[in-house]
Amino acid sequence: MSHVATKTDYDLLPFAGEHHEELSFVRKYIFSTDHKTIGKQFLFMSLLFLLLGGTLATVMRWQLGFPGTPLPVDILPETMAPGGIILPEFYNSLVTMHGTFMIFFAIMPLLVGVFGNLLIPLQIGAADMAFPKLNMFSFWLAVPAGFIMLASFFVEGGAAGAGWTSYAPLSTSGEFTGVYLGQQLWLISLFLLGFSSITGAVNYITTIINLRAPGLTWFRLPLTVWALFITAILVLLAMPILAGGLIMLLTDQTLGTTFFKPELGGEPLLWQHLFWYFGHPEVYILILPAMGIVSEVIANGARKPVFGYHSMVFAIAAIALLSWIVWGHHMFMSGMNPRLGMTFMFTTIVIAVPSAIKVFNWLGTLWKGNIHFTTPFLHSVAFVALFIIGGLSGVFMASTPVDIPIHDTYFIVAHIHYVLFGGSLFAIFSGITYWYPKLFGTLMNETWGKIHFIGTFIAYNLAFFPMHGIGLQGMMRRLYDPTLYAYLQPLQPWNVFISYSVFVLFAFQFIFAANFLLSIWKGKKAGPNPWRANSIEWSAPSPPPHGNFERMPVVYRGPYEYSVPGAREDFILQTDPPDSSVAPHHTSASTSH
Amino acid sequence: MDWLLDPSVSTFGPDIDRIYYIILVITGAVFFGTELLLVYFLFRYRHREGQRAEYIHGSTKAEVIWTAVPFVIVVVLAFMSAPVWNRIKNPEVFPADSYEVMLTARQFEWETRYAGADGQFETADDFTLLNRMNVPVDRPILIHLASEDVIHSFFVYDFRLKQDAVPGMVIPIWFEAIQTGEYTLGCAELCGTGHSTMDGIVAVQPQAEFEAWEATQVAARQAVLGGVLASLDIGAEAGNGAVTSGLAEGAATPMHEHGDF
Ligand code: HEM
Ligand SMILES: [Cu+2]
Ligand SMILES: [Cu+2]
Repeated sequence: MSHVATKTDYDLLPFAGEHHEELSFVRKYIFSTDHKTIGKQFLFMSLLFLLLGGTLATVMRWQLGFPGTPLPVDILPETMAPGGIILPEFYNSLVTMHGTFMIFFAIMPLLVGVFGNLLIPLQIGAADMAFPKLNMFSFWLAVPAGFIMLASFFVEGGAAGAGWTSYAPLSTSGEFTGVYLGQQLWLISLFLLGFSSITGAVNYITTIINLRAPGLTWFRLPLTVWALFITAILVLLAMPILAGGLIMLLTDQTLGTTFFKPELGGEPLLWQHLFWYFGHPEVYILILPAMGIVSEVIANGARKPVFGYHSMVFAIAAIALLSWIVWGHHMFMSGMNPRLGMTFMFTTIVIAVPSAIKVFNWLGTLWKGNIHFTTPFLHSVAFVALFIIGGLSGVFMASTPVDIPIHDTYFIVAHIHYVLFGGSLFAIFSGITYWYPKLFGTLMNETWGKIHFIGTFIAYNLAFFPMHGIGLQGMMRRLYDPTLYAYLQPLQPWNVFISYSVFVLFAFQFIFAANFLLSIWKGKKAGPNPWRANSIEWSAPSPPPHGNFERMPVVYRGPYEYSVPGAREDFILQTDPPDSSVAPHHTSASTSH
Repeated sequence: MDWLLDPSVSTFGPDIDRIYYIILVITGAVFFGTELLLVYFLFRYRHREGQRAEYIHGSTKAEVIWTAVPFVIVVVLAFMSAPVWNRIKNPEVFPADSYEVMLTARQFEWETRYAGADGQFETADDFTLLNRMNVPVDRPILIHLASEDVIHSFFVYDFRLKQDAVPGMVIPIWFEAIQTGEYTLGCAELCGTGHSTMDGIVAVQPQAEFEAWEATQVAARQAVLGGVLASLDIGAEAGNGAVTSGLAEGAATPMHEHGDF
């Protein structure tokens, strides 16, 4: 065993070729320190929460499409939907918990927990994370967080009902909502989850800085690693701010402090400032890793280097920096000083620029490519197509005067879902199908993958695009029954249409679920490099063993050397020695065949 | 699916709508441009037998262009937006000689308060309307917006006006309606179980009609106060039910103590 690098951490993390002790079942599958196992644990947990969040959404859409009509299946308790008719207080819990589960327990752990864990060590050629035990701790903090959040549905007063943003003073006291313990469990759960994210972030940052394989310079890193690195920095800086706010809100509720209680000298807008100072970086935490995935998969599908690699990295960094000075755009109507609103408009609207740069570079990557329409590629292209819409709707809202009529309407709901469902979730589908072999050793079924893709893409747009329209006609968000407003009644056919589209959208997800689960056993054996890709993980077996690589990989080039003129294949692994793959008469060292 | 806004009936409504349409045209062009290009590339560069992608790493010139052009566009949009925002929201430039009312939100209703005979708020001769606000047309209206419990949001789509009502704050907002009629006042901020029932009406009346209505209200309130003075009790209940606007939606409400103004 020879250590090329000088980094001492390597000595602690044996590569696969080195000595390993046999692990007990518990150490191997439950309290595992293997980053891939932890990634899988996060994957199963967050897919379950995704399903739950989706189910809550369909229940909400039932109420919005058919207000006051009993649910087709009357299984909910009296406190939620007596006789199948959803109560307004339960609807508020649905809105709150849908947003909470989706953002904190589905999208965030999918992007950061799953892809961070799976990809960082594999793509930088490390045997594991820098702190494997801390990594395990991070997952096992997220589990009780999830249970507490779930349990809050069943306590007296029900789950939190003040929105995923929990604006004070609605959230400070149960007298306003009828929710007492539920709101406190919400706070405790998110506090634990935030703690989990912070420990994860420390690990990611350390790992990327210290454990890169020899030759893997910063500008040879895959964009996924760049995105996850910068995301981890955002998590590390943003989560403590949320935690601070959560604690203040919790003590307001339980210990009689008055941070946010105006009648006792508190300041409701303080909560909004704290929440969005965390919250805007958070929305970029929810998209930057997705952008990394998409860059990776689009280059692979187009068989072309990523267009403007450096400018992609700078755009990620610019978005991350700007994300700290735009939070006030969520508060244009809040009563914050209007001059501050003006300032935040300028910073916010500038964030459209790095977003545009990324879109143009993705288009540039497709230009003169040799495009293979794999399932992951289709999802990534859909990301680009839909992120364009989400980015453009952001411009309307960033213009403060235009935000006046559309703030807190379905236009915002449309925007959120174009960036987070059309954006992040499509990237997640892309990433799961693409890296599935590194998780399970097999490939997901391409035909069913494409059926799922097409159904999701169409139903998704039918469901969410019209929301721009009803928002522009003035339909407020978080509304239990839009038909109570006379001027919204003409929009009701749209609400019905949207609800049907959501049901179809929901149904299509079972195709994904089945494909995902069955392919673990029935999927085609993948081999190490089924997508004929370049980055380091594709030189490891699928799935990689504990320790990932036989011995420490050595890196010779960047991750996007697709279609190099004169090369035998249209890809060259980062770890292929320089002379082995360029000249046609040499044997390729690639492991794909 | 409608990208057109319903017509606005406030003086600044058209300014907002104009910027909205400018952004709609620009983003619409970008939308079609980029999406069509995307579809074209997917079709044009699809894999065919024997084809190879071109080995291109990027272009500094292209990066500069597509950084600079969007930057200029969005900054111009921001500069166009700023004065409109300022005119609508900055209290320092609100129109002079507005008609003033107080609007207080609480779970789950709106209470409009008129100054009454003395022109002062929070005095005994104030009169109030519940879930209704009568205002004159073609005159700037200055609203002192407050909330008694949680955050609500004043939203009249037809005026293109929205402002959160925050407990502990009194936030000034203004509008000038250019057309008589009854417009829906909605609550745009989740405020609890009854959030979706928290609607009201802003009735924009011809000047003369409004003044006549106001005069009757003032007189009715004076009469009540006169009667009460006799019993030396200007308690909160004294005004109860005494003032009626005579309008269908506008049941009068009891006086209410506001501790925090
Ligand atoms: C071009 C880039 C973007 C711009 C200019 C932009 C602008 C805005 C603005 C101004 C708001 C507040 C609107 C309002 O409440 O009235 C907003 C809300 C929001 N944005 Fe964006 N945005 C952009 C991209 C994104 C991305 C990439 C994400 C997430 C992945 C995102 C997620 C959200 C969410 C979740 C909200 C709503 C939060 C809530 O009220 O619950 N946005 N955006
Ligand atoms: Cu934001
Ligand atoms: Cu409300």
